[in-house]
Amino acid sequence: MKSLWLSARLDALTSLRARWFQIYTLIFGGIVALFFLFGLTESRILGFIGLSRLLVTYIQLTLAIMPVFVLITTVRSVAGEREVGIYEYLLALPVSLSGWYWGKTLGRYVVIFAPVFLAMLGAVGWATLQGIEVPWRIFGYYTALLAVMAACFLGIGMLISALARNTDMAQGIAFMVWLGFLLFLDLILLGVMIQGKIAPETAVLIALANPLQVFRTAALSLFDPQLIVLGPSAYIILDAFSAAGYRVFALLYPLALGLVSALGGYLIFRRGDLP
Amino acid sequence: MTLLQSTEPALTAPALQFSRVVKIFRRARVLDGVDLMIAAGERVALIGSNGAGKTTLIRCLLGEYVHAGQILVHGLSPRQHRAAVLTRIGFVPQLPPPLKMSVGQLVRFAAALCDAVPEDIYAVAGRLGLDAASLAARPFTQLSGGMKQKLLIAIALGRRADLLILDEPAANLDPEARKTFFELLSERLGQTAMLISSHRLDEVSALVGRVVEMDMGRIVLDDVVADAVALNSIVDCRVRIKRAEAAFAAALSAWNFSGDASQLNWTGEVSGADRLRFLGVIARYTALIDDFSLTERKT
Repeated sequence: MKSLWLSARLDALTSLRARWFQIYTLIFGGIVALFFLFGLTESRILGFIGLSRLLVTYIQLTLAIMPVFVLITTVRSVAGEREVGIYEYLLALPVSLSGWYWGKTLGRYVVIFAPVFLAMLGAVGWATLQGIEVPWRIFGYYTALLAVMAACFLGIGMLISALARNTDMAQGIAFMVWLGFLLFLDLILLGVMIQGKIAPETAVLIALANPLQVFRTAALSLFDPQLIVLGPSAYIILDAFSAAGYRVFALLYPLALGLVSALGGYLIFRRGDLP
Repeated sequence: MTLLQSTEPALTAPALQFSRVVKIFRRARVLDGVDLMIAAGERVALIGSNGAGKTTLIRCLLGEYVHAGQILVHGLSPRQHRAAVLTRIGFVPQLPPPLKMSVGQLVRFAAALCDAVPEDIYAVAGRLGLDAASLAARPFTQLSGGMKQKLLIAIALGRRADLLILDEPAANLDPEARKTFFELLSERLGQTAMLISSHRLDEVSALVGRVVEMDMGRIVLDDVVADAVALNSIVDCRVRIKRAEAAFAAALSAWNFSGDASQLNWTGEVSGADRLRFLGVIARYTALIDDFSLTERKT
């Protein structure tokens, strides 16, 4: 346990010094600040106004930014550290491999989740001061969704870092994975469905396996419980899960995907050459 | 320095044992059946050209590479008993890694893992001429090459370790710090086994009692080295030159030598272990030298 806490602390403290973290924090803090500045809480969408409106927009933007940011920065720093000899030196100290790997994962998790959550918390604090009603149900679910999204893409990033032997390759794979998720949101699935090459059920199943789509649908489901904006796909999803069931699935599946990926990364890491 | 009978005390218990160690990267056989035994307290130079397999051997020893064959440190596998083995090993890499953490964070991290006290590490750094405590908030990457090397040496020596693995440890040190470094090593004579890697034997010959040379992943030479000058000895040196020369003055000033008013007569002291390196510097000015003497100080 000592190795785990020391590694987690070291990774978190090191990340705080990194430029990517400063940019990352600035982006999410800036988004919330801009929302308030431009009066987003005053506008209305699908009947939502006030802080609900802000949170809906915030999570949509986070869905677009966070996965690629987490994937690229994770693989860059983890694979990069190995490449420049940091692993050679630090792993010559008596740190257990499990403590090192999971400590690094934990430290990084705190660092990537904290700015996103604190920005949202800041929005809630500011809204409270302004006398704007806080939608606690949406806030609670979005917090859980963001926590799971961070875990999911961090786990995938750790797996890629363990698989790739250098930074360039790790970055390339991370980008391809993100692009794959992105394409399977709509573009490719719509295309193949229109061409009639796969059954609609299969297309929906593929979409449900895509964590990006899962987050997107779950975020929509809070203000559109019947998932009307998804069209006919909603029937399959709601038949299989129900609205509440889907929201639970949207938390459990990506979390499991992230943990399994991180575990796979750990098994690869401990089995092979470390530096 | 001569290749003679070893003056090392009789040491038998193996601190380190390599048995038929093979490491293959893709199709390249980087270590090709290495057999080597190092006794407790023994000091061994590991020499060889680039690509000979020195770094790979060290990484296998540190449990960082998987390999065929067996490596045992005090009877334990470094891969399977990482914490137990690495607690007893102090390691100084050839090139300081670009660690982004601060000096204080690095020292605390290393000390906590090694059950050491940060103050002991700061004390060793202080002896090497580095006030690491006052640099605690500064990122490691912002230190100069020499400062980084001193800090990594302090982390390796500022704790209990009965095996030191040093990869070109004195390469970035100034003469004064090298002298202290040799003193620090001499304080551990007999208790700590040392494996000192270098491209050249003359860089490390004074530090060791045995030399192992590697080439193409194999051990091609394993011999004893006896050096008449003790590791912690001091050699007084006098040099007279034919004419004052700025480059010569700068070179000797770097070794803390002082010249007289004419800048023709220079005196100073050199660590016994460092005299071959010093002679290498002096040799560049052979045409300028009028008189030269080295006298080991009697203690």
